[in-house]
Amino acid sequence: MNEGLSLLAILIGIAHSGLRLATPYLYAAIGETFAQRSGVLNLGVEGIMLMGAYSGFFVAFKTGSPVLGLVAAALVGVVMGLAMAFISVTLKAEQGISGIGLFLFGLGASSLLFKTTLGTVEGVDGFRELNFCLTSLGLASEFCLSQIPVIGPVFLNHSLLVYGAFALVPLAWWVLNKTTWGLSIRAVGQNPQAVDSLGVSVVRVRYFTVTLGGLLAGIAGASLSISLLNIFQEGMTNGQGFIAVALVYFGSWTPLGVLAGALLFSLVNALQLWVQVLDLAIPSDVAVMLPYLLTIIALAFPFRRALQPAALTKPFERGES
Amino acid sequence: MQASWSRRFYIGQMLDTLLPLVAVMAALIIGAIVLVLLEKSPLEAYQVLITGAFTNKNGMADTLVKTIPLLLVGLGIVIAFRANVINIGAEGQLIVGALLTTYLALELGEALPGYVVMLIGLVAGSLIGALWAAVPGLLKARLGVNEILSTIMMNQIAIQVGFFLLRGPMIDPAELEAGTNIPHSARLARSVDLPRFTDIAQWLGFTETANDLELTGFRAELYGLLVEPTRLHIGLLIAVLMAIVVYIFLWRTTIGYRIRAVGLNPNASRYAGMNVSHTIVLSMSLSGALAGLAGAVEILGLHHRMFEPLAVSAGYGFSGIVVALFGKLHPLGAIPSSILFGALLVGGDKMQRAVQVPQVFVTAMLGLIVLFVVSSEIWSRRRAGRRVSIESNEASESSIEAVA
Repeated sequence: MNEGLSLLAILIGIAHSGLRLATPYLYAAIGETFAQRSGVLNLGVEGIMLMGAYSGFFVAFKTGSPVLGLVAAALVGVVMGLAMAFISVTLKAEQGISGIGLFLFGLGASSLLFKTTLGTVEGVDGFRELNFCLTSLGLASEFCLSQIPVIGPVFLNHSLLVYGAFALVPLAWWVLNKTTWGLSIRAVGQNPQAVDSLGVSVVRVRYFTVTLGGLLAGIAGASLSISLLNIFQEGMTNGQGFIAVALVYFGSWTPLGVLAGALLFSLVNALQLWVQVLDLAIPSDVAVMLPYLLTIIALAFPFRRALQPAALTKPFERGES
Repeated sequence: MQASWSRRFYIGQMLDTLLPLVAVMAALIIGAIVLVLLEKSPLEAYQVLITGAFTNKNGMADTLVKTIPLLLVGLGIVIAFRANVINIGAEGQLIVGALLTTYLALELGEALPGYVVMLIGLVAGSLIGALWAAVPGLLKARLGVNEILSTIMMNQIAIQVGFFLLRGPMIDPAELEAGTNIPHSARLARSVDLPRFTDIAQWLGFTETANDLELTGFRAELYGLLVEPTRLHIGLLIAVLMAIVVYIFLWRTTIGYRIRAVGLNPNASRYAGMNVSHTIVLSMSLSGALAGLAGAVEILGLHHRMFEPLAVSAGYGFSGIVVALFGKLHPLGAIPSSILFGALLVGGDKMQRAVQVPQVFVTAMLGLIVLFVVSSEIWSRRRAGRRVSIESNEASESSIEAVA
């Protein structure tokens, strides 16, 4: 056990990494919430995240601008989201299997592109941690918000993308529950025939949600490569895209539930990292396993089935009852 | 009118069988565009990719060595998909199979005759694979847990179990002594190595090499493949045998019929008195058993020790899905399909060395092929729908006539 760290410092460290690590889960899972709410299971999130991570990294490295990197990742996400929408909505393909196809494509293509275009590049200047500092108050020394005890080091020194991820949660809740668009999305996921008979295009709603999901998955990938880690590695998302899909089930298809799930996950992850840092007697492999076990257990709660959008994974056929 | 309809039917069937090939062509075309953008010559790359696996006996042997796990995993996927259960967990099932087989072979290797240990290893690997898959199967059948997600989670758990065992109880004592602590097991006793084709040839009395017999060209390579020392082992025979067994099981037994019926229409099957949840668990377990067997065969036939879990499973859990889809979810179709994708993996390796196109290119191709195959199903479904509506029209017309 490391003597130099007080318990408080460790707890602050865990809370801080927990919030950081929730970022990719939040972007990807909120996006997937929209898709699943409209009845489409996009299992290709992992592949989109990988392509987003690569393209964000590539553009940020070539231009030196993480913002342009983020835009590139979002665009790639939109293109892949559109492709998934075309396959699952227009061509009505089996959603689980086509998602695996998209994952394999993203895994292969992102590694291929990285090896052929960058290859040896190891790091990039990504989004910096924000430091809200006040200098003009006539204080003796500069005062930064991150110096506030406990709250400062936990909440007030993250990068823009971390705050964006958390801001997305209430925004998604508002869109889904308080707007006409949200009503259409939810209705399309529950009863597409009824929505269709009212003159709302099921196809258009699903294209919109799946593409939005793709955009957010692209950003989720970029949040890893140009904000949290500032590196790109083959398969660097390491299953986070799949966990994001599971988080939507875990969170009962609501943004707040997704937030709770994402935080639970990232805190367990942070705990696991600190177990390694502190060299505790728990084997790290067992600690790494925990989130996955947790997911399976959470998925097994039977009440979730009732909350699932009725038309999830079912392609829409006009005229079917 | 009848004639034109039946001709359309045959053309349709022909298209159905050609669709996977069209999917591969489409993937190759997109791949070629990507290669051009990356300033590589697609013609050169594809030449190596396609011929690389067949140029000599070692290429052919490597192709068939990769065919073995692809076919076994693919057969498992066929069973699961036929029951409409989406098993994405073959990676994990293969890993636990490999782990248990390694453990048993290490423990029993010296104490029992080699072939007994082999048999125990193969059976145990299949059993643990079945158990590992039964968990998501039961969760789906009893609690309605989405099996895609639970099998993906089970994969990650299997990987971590593997690392835990290989860093702790199963680590090679030599690694501990050297202090390098690389997570892999000791080499298994040589008595438990699955016989290679060359061993069998020797045993049968073929001792001359192709050179001795003055064979040349392709015949020499073929002779070399079967007789001279290569990595090809009898796992290939096991896999092909399993393909036949699975075919008989799915199409000639009641349980197989039940699996296919549940896959086509669970509600009708339940109405007909079939136990649907039972069938789901069974098909998942059988699927896992074949993946576990693949793990056992990889250890006993090829690696002879367990090492990094993901390097042992080598993506077969996913490429096995491609094999199954490409073989039209037919156990015998999976045989040529697995050889094709085995060749593609070997060709990808050669391509990386010859024209510096990274091997991951093949992974991206596999992804595209899955997307195209799954997307193209709309055409066959549409035709099937039309056929049903025509038949029901005819049926109602004839019944009207009968009434009149």
